[in-house]
Amino acid sequence: MSETMTAYEKVMAARDANKLTTVDYIAHMFGESFIELHGDRRFADDHAIVAGLAMLYDTPLTVIGIEKGRNTKERMERNFGQAQPEGYRKALRLMKQAEKFHRPVLCLVDTSGAYPGIGAEERGQGQAIAENLMEMMTLKTPVLTILIGEGGSGGALALAVADEVWMMENAVYSVISPEGCASILWKDSSKAPEAAEALKMTAQDLFSLGVIERIIRQPKAADTAMFESLKMLISRTLEKNLSLSVEELTEQRYARFRKIGTAHLH
Amino acid sequence: MDFFAFVKPKNELESVPDAKQNVPFIPEEMWMKCPKCNTLLLTTDLEENLNVCTHCGHHFRMESKQRLALLADTDTFTEHDSDLTGSNILDFPGYDQKLEKARQKSKESVLCGECLMGGIKAVLCVMEADFMMGSMGTVTGEKITRAFEYATENKLPVVVCSVSGGARMQEGILSLMQMAKTSGAVKRHSDAGQLYITILTDPTTGGVTASFAMEGDIILAEPNTLVAFAGPRVIEQTMRQKLPRDFQTSEFVLQKGFIDAVVTRDKMKDTVVRLLKMHGYREAAQ
Repeated sequence: MSETMTAYEKVMAARDANKLTTVDYIAHMFGESFIELHGDRRFADDHAIVAGLAMLYDTPLTVIGIEKGRNTKERMERNFGQAQPEGYRKALRLMKQAEKFHRPVLCLVDTSGAYPGIGAEERGQGQAIAENLMEMMTLKTPVLTILIGEGGSGGALALAVADEVWMMENAVYSVISPEGCASILWKDSSKAPEAAEALKMTAQDLFSLGVIERIIRQPKAADTAMFESLKMLISRTLEKNLSLSVEELTEQRYARFRKIGTAHLH
Repeated sequence: MDFFAFVKPKNELESVPDAKQNVPFIPEEMWMKCPKCNTLLLTTDLEENLNVCTHCGHHFRMESKQRLALLADTDTFTEHDSDLTGSNILDFPGYDQKLEKARQKSKESVLCGECLMGGIKAVLCVMEADFMMGSMGTVTGEKITRAFEYATENKLPVVVCSVSGGARMQEGILSLMQMAKTSGAVKRHSDAGQLYITILTDPTTGGVTASFAMEGDIILAEPNTLVAFAGPRVIEQTMRQKLPRDFQTSEFVLQKGFIDAVVTRDKMKDTVVRLLKMHGYREAAQ
């Protein structure tokens, strides 16, 4: 199915209001074990970010995800999955907590981007994202990020400086939305399908560019077997990285980002 | 011709050239209008005054070369990776032509190297607005990363002058990845105990704000500089929110607590040199 879809059809699939969101993934993989933790301890609790502790088989895990909401009411509450600085600061607080207890971190990303609003700017949206990028790069505990829908620019990257980054087969990840790109470059947002193609934003494109490690088959709601295998895969990857020394782990993470896109430089 | 000439009696005195004609002719490239106070300024006066309006103090944008001259001691700057170039890696439509056009003015959107500042050895990176609005592509990110790695290895402080429209969309996800890469290099330089000073200049936005521009130990900005993650037009268009006056200027972000100081251009080098000294950096032996 995903092989025959155009890039823009994948953008649409990634934005599909009926697809599974972060809270669905948490419920299907961690069930009753999930304990939600709130707040950035500085300003507020951003509902666009869902975070907490869960059990991955016998291992406690910090889970942080961006939640778009599954219906209109939820979407309003979740600010349509557009996090504000306090959301990124909540995420960082819980990552630092995970580091303290040497607990692995799983991030689930689904956002059109960081919230571009007055309050978000006043409270340092750029600074909040920048701090996450810096701190995640040297976080002394394993981090795995899965893009389950939209990966919108800096707002997605702020949870994606990880040892490995995976994408669902119909997820997209881009520096700008295809509509934004088309309207800036060609003054015509209806050329979004062309922009989607040009931006190389599908999971398959990003895999061939060496930006992600794995493409995951998209689970459907009732697909317990698929969730189980995803859980196994997460567990194996985190276990492998837990066995590394802190130096090996952080060197490996820096090297991962260090080499992306350097092949064409001369 | 005087419109009323035909009704006026001829008078010898009127043939004296009027005041307007007394003004010496100035070719257009010799003067500039200040966009803030509308005063006409002689370009020579403007240049002498560090491209700051002599009337209202408005800071004009500067080319990277002028900024180098402003910050580095005379003839001490050695550029690193000056020939590092990339290609149209995503085969993005129109990017080859854009690159070619931009390269007629400068090599890339950042100039990196080492120099002396007040006799102190430092790594200096200056972004170039003339190159695709200082957008960050893979070459930009790589040069900045290498500059920080070099500084970490050689125990040197880093000074970065930012000016950028954000990530370069023609390089797609790879430009986004530069935010992570440069941030990683900044963090390792920081963990090694070295000082990083950022100088935000107009405009500093998007992916550059959300990465190395906001990661300095000390963040300085020129007056009336746009400092934003989402630029004012993006906010107005997508959120349909009316913006407060002076929103996202350096004075505004100073009030909000996100930068350390607003410093005028004439005081910038002196401020940086004093900060370097206070962090234990000493003048290099001649």
